[in-house]
Amino acid sequence: MHRTGELYGHFKTPGQQREAASLGMWVFLITEIMFFGGIFLTYAINRSMYPDIFAEASRELNVRMGGINTAVLIASSFTMAMAVWASQTGKKKQLTLFLILTLILGSVFLGVKYFEYAEKFHHHLVPGRNFQFPGDVGSRAHAQLFFSLYFGMTGLHALHMIVGAGLLLWLVKESLRGRYTPQYNTPVELVGLYWHFVDIIWIYLFPLLYLIDRH
Amino acid sequence: MNATATKPEAFPEKHYVNAEYGIRSWLLTTDHKRIALLYLVSVTGFFFIGGIFAALIRIHLLTPAGYLVTPETYNKLFTMHGVAMIFFFLIPAIPAVLGNFLIPLMIGAKDLAFPRINLLSWYLYMIGGGLVLFSFLSGGLDTGWTFYTPLSSVYSNSAVAPAVLGIFINGFSSILTGLNFLVTIHTMRAPGMTWFRMPMFVWTHYATSIIMILGTPVVATTLALAGMERLFHLGFFNPALGGDPVLFQHLFWFYSHPAVYIMILPAMGVISEIITTFARKPLFGYKVMTAASLAIAVVGFLVWTHHMFVAGQSTYAALAFSLLTMLVAVPSAVKTFNWTATMYKGSVSYDTPMLYAFGFIGLFLIGGLTGLFLGTLGTDIHIHDTMFVVAHFHYIMVGGAVFGYMGGLHLWWPKISGRMYPEFVARISAIVLFVGFNMTFFPQFVMGYIGMPRRYHTYPPEFQVLNVLSTAGASILAIGYIVPIFYLLWSIRHGAIAGRNPWPSTGLEWQTASPPPTENFAVTPEVTWEAYDFDNRPDLGLARAADRGHK
Amino acid sequence: MSEHIVSRGIYAGIGATLLIFTGITYYAATVDLGPLNVVIALTIATFKASLVVLYFMHARYSPRRTQLVIVAGFFWLALLLGMTLSDYLTRAWQSI
Repeated sequence: MHRTGELYGHFKTPGQQREAASLGMWVFLITEIMFFGGIFLTYAINRSMYPDIFAEASRELNVRMGGINTAVLIASSFTMAMAVWASQTGKKKQLTLFLILTLILGSVFLGVKYFEYAEKFHHHLVPGRNFQFPGDVGSRAHAQLFFSLYFGMTGLHALHMIVGAGLLLWLVKESLRGRYTPQYNTPVELVGLYWHFVDIIWIYLFPLLYLIDRH
Repeated sequence: MNATATKPEAFPEKHYVNAEYGIRSWLLTTDHKRIALLYLVSVTGFFFIGGIFAALIRIHLLTPAGYLVTPETYNKLFTMHGVAMIFFFLIPAIPAVLGNFLIPLMIGAKDLAFPRINLLSWYLYMIGGGLVLFSFLSGGLDTGWTFYTPLSSVYSNSAVAPAVLGIFINGFSSILTGLNFLVTIHTMRAPGMTWFRMPMFVWTHYATSIIMILGTPVVATTLALAGMERLFHLGFFNPALGGDPVLFQHLFWFYSHPAVYIMILPAMGVISEIITTFARKPLFGYKVMTAASLAIAVVGFLVWTHHMFVAGQSTYAALAFSLLTMLVAVPSAVKTFNWTATMYKGSVSYDTPMLYAFGFIGLFLIGGLTGLFLGTLGTDIHIHDTMFVVAHFHYIMVGGAVFGYMGGLHLWWPKISGRMYPEFVARISAIVLFVGFNMTFFPQFVMGYIGMPRRYHTYPPEFQVLNVLSTAGASILAIGYIVPIFYLLWSIRHGAIAGRNPWPSTGLEWQTASPPPTENFAVTPEVTWEAYDFDNRPDLGLARAADRGHK
Repeated sequence: MSEHIVSRGIYAGIGATLLIFTGITYYAATVDLGPLNVVIALTIATFKASLVVLYFMHARYSPRRTQLVIVAGFFWLALLLGMTLSDYLTRAWQSI
């Protein structure tokens, strides 16, 4: 598999290569939707079985941190979109700047997440032997289900964020070398798609986990 | 071209196998043909591992009391047989070996769209396979291949965690293969290779890719949740902790029912190729066949709860799913009809691949029709979890998928190796396989129908005759599997030189040398003919149908 | 596949809309609307997700094929959720 410039030998034209890469990324994101779909279904069934305990457990989450993180992630999506714009219009300095901004906002999100998790450890809300929740054995078990799902869903999301941060780091490095031009910016575009997808997952996670019942 | 078809060809000097040497050149290859060979070796390995477990099961069931192994070991045997065969043989067999080798050749591309991801798929398969083998060796696995909770997540004492992790990782191999095929078929077709000029093999792989992409992630999540439940004592699917085991079954079968079509659709593609090749006629109802392939992929997703009729789901849902199950029979029946119609008035020759295709049609028909028994709500309650189910899915998976795989391996062996296999031995071997298969599994329909449950290590004495018959058949079946290994290996050195297009057939893969060069085609081919147009292809050296004396 | 360059103004507008609706979804959750709460929450989330897909991810300007892939993905997700729920939600209908 030899390559000349940015074009791999098994493709005939750069257009074909870009088309394949873009379709591949979209198809990959569809697999991600189904991957998260299984957990969302588990969440839906469990919540429909224990609506009251889920509401009660949801009130234990820190809605301020969750809200701040939502805003941070939306802002990072915006900067990512701007990075794609910069790469398409050939503004190399702005591209690097927006990529770094996205990376910073992503790190802020993960930092806030870290403090949220730490808080749950302090309040004995991590599923396991030390899990504590007011009420009888049943409501303790059902609240533990909520927190298992909370950690499962946000943990998986955070894992995707970490992967995204790694990809951004690579983009920053390459963009500093000036590799991305209006003619060749597929990696920026594809990482952008991935980053926005991770944002979308959080757009659903925020109301489903933090805002079940806030009145 | 005309001249080369009539004159015996020399073996090509440079081809994909001898393009590079050394173990590194294989382990780091990005050539789809070499990766296909890596898969060929590894899936064959898993097939024989699974086969050993099957042999032990059949030997154990020779006597009603079952003296060979303990009940616990028996549970492990059928579980490990299922896991090895389904996840590591049936699902990857045709797509990863034949699909990998042929799809770029058939559409006139130099490689798949993402060659490095293709290699990654193989490594994921090997890592997943390694973990599963580790689980087999470190205590075995006794949950059934379905990993039902809470048995798998709480009560089982066997090595569930590494097996679940292995299948999880292997799932990504499958997802990436599907993604690669789908993108390749969309973006890498040669000029003139329009959608409706593609061979049916490519179409069925397209449909298979859709299932791999949309279904496999769900089973990955499911197994991840079950694995976490086991490791961290969570309760998603554990009723003792408020979870719901039926939810696990929903999630599991959302993938694992369509997975049956991952196994059978590629085989249907192989059979379509074999039948047109050996009937020397275009595929009857080509466009209907493409629609049927896609319909199987889509409708296959709408029927999964027919595995759970007695698991406590709502009667109304069960009614709806029972009805939808009947729908899948329609595209399958359309395909069977079209294959027979293709043979009608064709100049049929009975070469080995064709024998496998005949076997496929007959056995798939029986397997499919007995599936209707099981999809019908009332009947299913009677025969659920009996040997009838075991016989049914072996008719689909062995009679269907394995016969398709064997047929395809023989059809394209000349392309893969550049040599012909010994025709006479191969024909005998195909017949032995067919006889052995029926003798093994037909008695299981009968014993199941009259009440022998599946997955029991012991049975009442009145079932012994049928069980002995089945075990005897299994020994014949084993011969049918082992003999091809020998003659195919023999043919690599001693087989007659195949030439480009030995059968002859119409696909693009037959236009290039056998074995093909690394870049597949010296010049990117341009397609100007329709699929399977035997009549208007003078380059194949065939007489036109009108001249062959057909009315 | 010609690239469509979305203007910075659109990006800023979408970003602002997303932030505003994050606020709305929070305030909607503080009002007791019974079962409507979850409906409103999911409707807003879907609206926000659609904006991200259409503008940030350029789906609006993408080739038909890409749009089909997206629709297929969400359709299959709906199949998974809807058909499983069809079991759970009809269990109570049985009188036995």
